[in-house]
Amino acid sequence: MAEPHPHPDRLWRNPEPKRVYDVVIIGGGGHGLATAYYLAKNHGITNVAVLERGWLAGGNMARNTTVIRSNYLWDESAAIYEYSLKLWESLAQELEYDILFSQRGVLNLVHSISDRRESLRRINANSLNGIDAEWLTTDEVKAFCPIVNTSPDLRYPIIGGTLQRRGGIAKHDYVAWAFARKADEMGVDLIQNCEVTGFDLDGDQLRGVHTNRGSIAADKVALCAAGHSTVLAGMVGLDLPIQSYPLQALVSDLLEPVLNCVVMSNAMHVYVSQAHKGELVMGAGMDPYNSYAQRGSPSIIEYQLAAACELFPIFRRAHVLRTWAGIVDVSPDASPIVGLTPIENLFINCGWGTGGFKATPAAGWVYAHTIANGTPHELNAPFALERFTTGALINEHGAAAVAH
Amino acid sequence: MLIPCPWCGDRDDIEFAYGGSAQIAYPADPTSVDDATWARFLFYRPNPKGKMAERWVHTAGCRRWFNLVRDTVTHEITPP
Repeated sequence: MAEPHPHPDRLWRNPEPKRVYDVVIIGGGGHGLATAYYLAKNHGITNVAVLERGWLAGGNMARNTTVIRSNYLWDESAAIYEYSLKLWESLAQELEYDILFSQRGVLNLVHSISDRRESLRRINANSLNGIDAEWLTTDEVKAFCPIVNTSPDLRYPIIGGTLQRRGGIAKHDYVAWAFARKADEMGVDLIQNCEVTGFDLDGDQLRGVHTNRGSIAADKVALCAAGHSTVLAGMVGLDLPIQSYPLQALVSDLLEPVLNCVVMSNAMHVYVSQAHKGELVMGAGMDPYNSYAQRGSPSIIEYQLAAACELFPIFRRAHVLRTWAGIVDVSPDASPIVGLTPIENLFINCGWGTGGFKATPAAGWVYAHTIANGTPHELNAPFALERFTTGALINEHGAAAVAH
Repeated sequence: MLIPCPWCGDRDDIEFAYGGSAQIAYPADPTSVDDATWARFLFYRPNPKGKMAERWVHTAGCRRWFNLVRDTVTHEITPP
């Protein structure tokens, strides 16, 4: 008799590392897997290894809250995040895998006159960059998301909102698996339980990496390790202007569909969406101190739940199912660092901080271009490490601050 | 996380504000340093995985600044 539920096919091989590769990518999260995919797909470079210390997509890719949007203030950010959103819109077909991408709209609540001024400025900036952005009155907020408490009795009453209808969420695990499966099909080696312990540096020429599974030579090495970027770069003597902080998130028990969009309130420090499975997925600001502990302070959870219960009275009957934290890599201007380094053949992709998930396809696309050609793509050229010396910062503290 | 204020004793971390890495010296002659040196002073800070010397201020208490050493993996605090 046939087995009633045969084990599904593996989505990727589990190969032993070879001793030599054209490109070694350090970090098997969303960005590393997307980079490997586009190296193979766009540039025909398939002799590639993705080295992952744990299991694939088990770091921040497993811990983020999956919000996707492109309504950033400055031209440089708008360009790369909008490019990413356009890639998201066809990603399921591209990867032949359902990633549950749902453009249900991202609603930003506005609670004060200064909030409103900043939001209108951002809507105007977005419109000039061809990014959809709308102003909603309080009544329109209520019509779009009926469970939001728009009462004037609220401690911080809602005086309006901004809406990006093309924003939404996707299923993070499926995104990682989809990229991994396709990269593997094209010959990329995805190597798990492989921790980089050092670099093989010959003068200022990088020749490869040392790992707990032996030394691996590579023509090019690409860092893609988020919260651990400074630890890895430190092994090769490279300093980065990155600080690592815990960013917490939580989910409720499984509920009937109650929330039809993503809602963010920067002023009240909470954002929330409802996953396809039914749990409310919630996040807030990061903890304020440096940490690699993947946990944070309970006060952050307490404040965001208080804000959520005030904004959504219906949530008061929900229960917290679990909480966790990821270690986010924050740069001084809250914008990423993607490009070359002073060390030949060493490339850097980090500093995405609290908002790297939404950038996954574009980060992979431009990072692969940078690695393949040895020069940045036009979309990541402004995000070079040199900007901290030249002063050409891209300050996204406003658009990136609390909520993602 | 309990933080030992040198004047008030152990208090919950929500009473404090974080000052980041300790022992960052302002350039002695700021008008003479080049861009790269200035960038390092402004934007580059230690980010160790392990023991970190850092500054805290007891904002909801005595409002005084102090230094301590905290492990960024275990959050264990040892006196400076």
